[in-house]
Amino acid sequence: MADMENAGRQETAAPFAIELKGISKAFGPVQANKDINIAVPKGTIHGIIGENGAGKSTLMSILYGFYKADSGTIHINGRPTRIPDSQSAIRAGIGMVFQHFKLVQNFSVLENVVLGAEEGALLNTSLAKARKVLTDLARDYELDVDPDAMIEDLSVGHQQRVEILKALYRQADILILDEPTGVLTPDEADHLFRILKGLKEQGKTIILITHKLREIMEATDNVSVMRRGTMVATVRTAETSPEALAELMVGRKVLLEVEKKPASPGQVVLKVEDLRVRDEHKVERLKGVSFEIRAGEILGIAGVAGNGQSELLEALGGIERATGRISLNGAELPLSGAGADGQSRRAAGIAHVPEDRQRLGLIMDFTAWENIAFGYFGDPAYQRNALFMDNDALREDTRRKMETFDVRPPDPWLPAKSFSGGNQQKIVVAREIERNPDLLLIGQPTRGVDIGAIEFIHKQIVALRDQGKAILLVSVELDEIMSLSDRIAVMFDGHIMGFRDPEKTDERELGMMMAGIAEKGAA
Amino acid sequence: MDRLPRWADVALVPLISLLLAAIISALVLLFIGQSPVEAFEVMVDGALGSPYGWGYTLYYTTSFIFTGLAVTVAFHAGLFNIGGEGQAQLGGLGVALVCLSLPWPHWTLALAAATLGAALFGAAWAAVPAYLQAKRGSHIVITTIMFNYIAAALLVYLLVDVLRPQGQMDPATARFPVGAKLPTLDQIPGFNLIFQRPVPANVTLFIALAMAVVVWAILWRTRLGYQIRAFGKSEAAAKYAGINPTRIILVTMILSGALAGMMSINNVMGEAERLLQNSSEGAGFIGIAVALMGRNHPIGVVLAALLFGFLYQGGAELGLWTSIPIEMRIVVQGLVILFTGALDMMVRMFLARIFGLFRSHKLGAA
Repeated sequence: MADMENAGRQETAAPFAIELKGISKAFGPVQANKDINIAVPKGTIHGIIGENGAGKSTLMSILYGFYKADSGTIHINGRPTRIPDSQSAIRAGIGMVFQHFKLVQNFSVLENVVLGAEEGALLNTSLAKARKVLTDLARDYELDVDPDAMIEDLSVGHQQRVEILKALYRQADILILDEPTGVLTPDEADHLFRILKGLKEQGKTIILITHKLREIMEATDNVSVMRRGTMVATVRTAETSPEALAELMVGRKVLLEVEKKPASPGQVVLKVEDLRVRDEHKVERLKGVSFEIRAGEILGIAGVAGNGQSELLEALGGIERATGRISLNGAELPLSGAGADGQSRRAAGIAHVPEDRQRLGLIMDFTAWENIAFGYFGDPAYQRNALFMDNDALREDTRRKMETFDVRPPDPWLPAKSFSGGNQQKIVVAREIERNPDLLLIGQPTRGVDIGAIEFIHKQIVALRDQGKAILLVSVELDEIMSLSDRIAVMFDGHIMGFRDPEKTDERELGMMMAGIAEKGAA
Repeated sequence: MDRLPRWADVALVPLISLLLAAIISALVLLFIGQSPVEAFEVMVDGALGSPYGWGYTLYYTTSFIFTGLAVTVAFHAGLFNIGGEGQAQLGGLGVALVCLSLPWPHWTLALAAATLGAALFGAAWAAVPAYLQAKRGSHIVITTIMFNYIAAALLVYLLVDVLRPQGQMDPATARFPVGAKLPTLDQIPGFNLIFQRPVPANVTLFIALAMAVVVWAILWRTRLGYQIRAFGKSEAAAKYAGINPTRIILVTMILSGALAGMMSINNVMGEAERLLQNSSEGAGFIGIAVALMGRNHPIGVVLAALLFGFLYQGGAELGLWTSIPIEMRIVVQGLVILFTGALDMMVRMFLARIFGLFRSHKLGAA
């Protein structure tokens, strides 16, 4: 009882839903969070922004009971609260929507919502109760999802709503969303922000973790910026600008716009006709796409992840078998059988920066110098004689490439996994661009890459274009597509929905095409 | 988890694992009413206390280096070759056929030909599961195990019905010609000053050590080794780089099988001088433990092979000189494998925590 009264008094004094005081957390020698102080007023949307590795996820994991802070205290609604595990976090009214959803695919929405919060031994009573709660929530917050639908049949946007419903069903007052828009179309993202605003009006407090400046500006009331484990600033969103936030994140002025001259396309470098790819279950993922890329041109492929872009890159890169026809500088390349592998494609003049650099582009346990030879181990420059590789020459080459591409730290002996995301990507980009290819395939060039490195990688792509090379750019970041591409193709469900001139289109139109709504445009 | 310093990873972890295995072994001995101190003395004295003991220890070590290297090569391609036993027995068949085919004029010629025969037969026996894995997706762990049984059955048939000389009772080949006899360490000038009594360890030891160097060079200094290691780390990435999975699986398993097969020049040609049933005596399986403990590096494999050689010889001595049953050697081996292989992470995590404590103290002081 004394506790309750105490809490009541404090609540009037400090109307914060969450207050973190002096939170520090180290992993071995790495200080992930250093003396973090943050106060989130009740009933607001609070953005937390920062580069990869700035410590956002660690901080939220501490708040949700996954990690124990080395020092510092957590106050929930003014009351000091210990959160040793996620059950305590849920009891304290905190709900978390993870970047990667934690749903059982072959359960219904209702079953997923109840999972772990069942009451009593009989499932049916819980389900009946949940059905009623869900109906109310759907009415109040624009969160309508069919309670009996199977998760595997739902779109990604709807699956995310189920995650939010799960948190609300557990009576969360504070919702934490970790990079919630990464997998959404612009339309779905807008809908999400409407839901969040509705929740705010009902008195819920929301913490939005993102690296997208635009979303911060659009959706939040206040924003905290993290850099290298410290909280560098908390400001009112209305009183700041994307440029100012970017500068706070990186610690120096950053160019957000890509500077590029108008393209001067030359002759056709890549010609793709009716390209089709089936996955291992014989399901067609790429359903007959045709296009051309000219020398000195960047063709950007926009689309929500999983609509055939990966298959397109992998078919062109010689990883996936395909049917149809492709030709490079007029010479047809085989799509299956002999000659349809990564080695042959590189020999033909195609370089490939894969979408998933950690899975495909690098061997994470290999050193930087071993990774520089990846895909190019046949290069005579790396051979000492018929028998042995010339590792000294390889390391020298690596040192040079690391310098040119500003890889930090420039140590060829470090394993790939020890580099940050941005520097890993620079290693891959250095390896591929330095080969002076006729065609560069580049997927998600800046995924998980910090702002400083994004600027650098974008410059490299534009520079390669200006040398008269053809570039196929695949990205789920619409901003990136809009600012880099000379021509945009939108993919949906394995088809190209249409081509657009970035100067003559906008996010709304592209968003509609990404959702498969617009009619198929003429090429 | 915190990373361990390299010296701790390479030396301290196996050392502590061994110590734990020794402690549990001692407890088992106490439990059956025997003295661990006496047992330890007998083992060390019997295996390492005299040149004669070393002669046996090194003989076993030689076999284990081959089978350990075989597992190591396959492991770097992400393949778990459990078929070393069968490949070694087939290697023995290769040795026997070569040795019995000619009245060899000199052992060097016989050794060269027999090495080739052993490698070829071992490689061929490994190539079949490799092909099945690469082309048909049959899991190599399952197929190599099955091939061990097939090898054993095949050898029984051949030894009983085909290769057994008329009038001989036991299922074995005829004795190899004198010209195919390998010099043992006591017959090699220089070494005969140390080894004054006949010992089974023979010139094959030097071939084993040479193969350790060759394996190291292939894995870390050639394009093939680079591709093998890349494929082993990530099959998806290897495909991106244009590495042909079928080729890597086949070539790696052929190398691995050849190494396992070559073990037979040590026991079949160097020691038994005829092919017996179950000639490899489990060395193919010991190779798995040797590779595990040796961290899949040739230097580690040589050291681990020496340890297992000691355990084998020391264990045999136990059976000879004490009332401790010879099966105790299997218990000790089992414990060593358990601690150095399966429970390796336990020691590692414990050490990482201790090192982490030291580190945070240092940081706190700074």
